[in-house]
Amino acid sequence: MADEVKLYAVGGSPFVCRVKIALNLKGIEYQNFEEDLSNKSADLLKYNPVYKKVPVLVHNGKPISESLVVVEYIDDVWKGVPILPQDPYEKAVARFWAKFIDDKCIPAIFKVFGSNGDKQAISEACEQLQILENELASKGNKFFGGDNINLVDITADFLAYWLEIIEEATEIKLVTKDKFPKITEWADNFVNCQVVKEILPPREHLLAFFRKRFGKA
Amino acid sequence: MAGSEVELLDFWASLFGMRVRIALAEKGVQYDYKEENLTNKSQLLLEMNPVHKKIPVLIHYGKPICESNIIVQYIDEVWQNKYPPLLPSDPYLKAQARFWADFVDKIYDAGRRILNTKGEEMEKAKTEFIDGLKVLEGQLGEKPYLTGESFGYADIAMVPLYCRFYALEMIGKMNIEKEYPKLIAWVKRCMERESVSKSLPDPHKVYEFLLERQKKIR
Repeated sequence: MADEVKLYAVGGSPFVCRVKIALNLKGIEYQNFEEDLSNKSADLLKYNPVYKKVPVLVHNGKPISESLVVVEYIDDVWKGVPILPQDPYEKAVARFWAKFIDDKCIPAIFKVFGSNGDKQAISEACEQLQILENELASKGNKFFGGDNINLVDITADFLAYWLEIIEEATEIKLVTKDKFPKITEWADNFVNCQVVKEILPPREHLLAFFRKRFGKA
Repeated sequence: MAGSEVELLDFWASLFGMRVRIALAEKGVQYDYKEENLTNKSQLLLEMNPVHKKIPVLIHYGKPICESNIIVQYIDEVWQNKYPPLLPSDPYLKAQARFWADFVDKIYDAGRRILNTKGEEMEKAKTEFIDGLKVLEGQLGEKPYLTGESFGYADIAMVPLYCRFYALEMIGKMNIEKEYPKLIAWVKRCMERESVSKSLPDPHKVYEFLLERQKKIR
């Protein structure tokens, strides 16, 4: 029996794109169901009753939610290009950085734009970004995963693509080449990966969306 | 003391530390327990967890692993030949365990805010906390444990909160015991395991500690 893979998604979401990158990396074919978050489908509510959010992956009828849980699931099920290292210690390190990005970096950055560039928020966000910058500098690799992208790079997709677009929409600059040269270089490399490039939503759509969202349209 | 293969930097009242203690006990792993003074953190802690400077930190052959749920997964992977498995081997069931452990973290966060805030913020935290417990109550249903027939990762993530139920009831003015019978039955079931009962401190001692800490914050 052939695998049936469905993805409940919103194309512009960085969390959804984490899953799309993982699926693309493994060469998995899937059906994409685009959701209207102001009018969620019955399927979405059925498959993710706890959060009612995207992304939700449904594999042979069984749903998995929460982007990082989905990405690890994809890595567990489909062999091929690895998303996580095999070694338990390296795996723990990768999970640590993914959690740091998800729990600390991204919320701190959201706070900057949510507060319309509050100085304290900017300072806190830069503190978190500096930790990432130092990590990239200390390892001296192209990606967090080394020569190839791994769970950490995938988790940080927002930083590589969406952040710069929100910065343009709001005219609030967080990541400059001067302040964060390693992150800037990493971001450039990341968005140019074939598996990433293919699934990123169009820049103009996101720009228009963020201009409207942050009231600068 | 001679260099130990496994060390745990911890604090007796830390829920996150308890998760790791439970996991190590489940696997029967011998380790050196090091109590940290969180108002005067050791050089070792600052070196082993420079990013967060927090406990718990598991040090295995000198290499640090941080973040409680990540440590529990590490323990399960390294000591995979020791019974019992903490996570299922089936990828779908494993994903469910991870999903619920992640959900538990949100309940923990709400619980923390109940203890550390007041007024409107505390009420908001209480609502989130109660909503979270309701979802867990539903998830348990007729199952003995959070994700099925066996005690595992999601249970380990959640059960430490039991030692704070008394404090949360007193400080948050709630009645957990009465409102969530399935959760309480699940707690009792977990506490029958030595790994759990030996890893959780006395709830009254915890309450006193949290009251003291509150006085310093508020």
